[in-house]
Amino acid sequence: MSDFITNVKENNSIVIIETNGYLNNVGGEAVSTLVYEKMAQGNTKFLINMAGTKIVNSIGVSILIEIIEKLQEVNGKIGYYNLAPIVAKTFNIMGLTKYSTVHETEEAAVNEL
Amino acid sequence: MKQPSVELRLPILPNMELIATQTAEVISRHMNLTDDQGAEISMALIEACINAFEHSKAENNVFINFLIEDDSLVIKVIDQGIGFDKTKVEIPKIENKIGKDERKRGWGLQLIQELMDSVEFESNGEGTTVTMKKNIKH
Repeated sequence: MSDFITNVKENNSIVIIETNGYLNNVGGEAVSTLVYEKMAQGNTKFLINMAGTKIVNSIGVSILIEIIEKLQEVNGKIGYYNLAPIVAKTFNIMGLTKYSTVHETEEAAVNEL
Repeated sequence: MKQPSVELRLPILPNMELIATQTAEVISRHMNLTDDQGAEISMALIEACINAFEHSKAENNVFINFLIEDDSLVIKVIDQGIGFDKTKVEIPKIENKIGKDERKRGWGLQLIQELMDSVEFESNGEGTTVTMKKNIKH
């Protein structure tokens, strides 16, 4: 597991990835590698707990767009929770919220995804 | 009296933009900006630095000047790269990127313009200066 991904668990067949630190190209690739491995095993629903990620850049977020695209091919979904306000605003500006979902808590995310 | 300023010189190395954001955080606190304003400045600064690092093909350092004014913070990000033509930069839309062959990147200028109150670009074959301004709203 990379330094950026601190924990991976499953809840109700949803893979939940906890991150910590800067979502840049390295962090984004760590997430995409994990998601694609899990997709190869049959998982199609993913949540990212971003409580530990207060700062992002557009390269890291662009990798999330690549993940969304891959998930669309298998009718999969991805969502996020515990977003810092600036991360939520960045996702909104880049349009991620049109193709993926933002939730307040893990419980809400698991129920709503 | 001359307004206070802070100058940084960053080498083009991975994650050096975070030095700029740490400086911005200190200045934001000094200016009593809100947490949201400070975070927006940091995010815009990250994108301006990444553009300078990656797209300018600059081999030298990137210079950042923070100008602390009475009613605003002005940040200049200066590189000595090959420059760019802003009129040829398309406004990115996720609809044009998802499910299509188009590269997913290219969001930097859009983010800077959305997060700052004003942005100006001066660019030629000897470099680019991005001047970003955040007005103070106490």
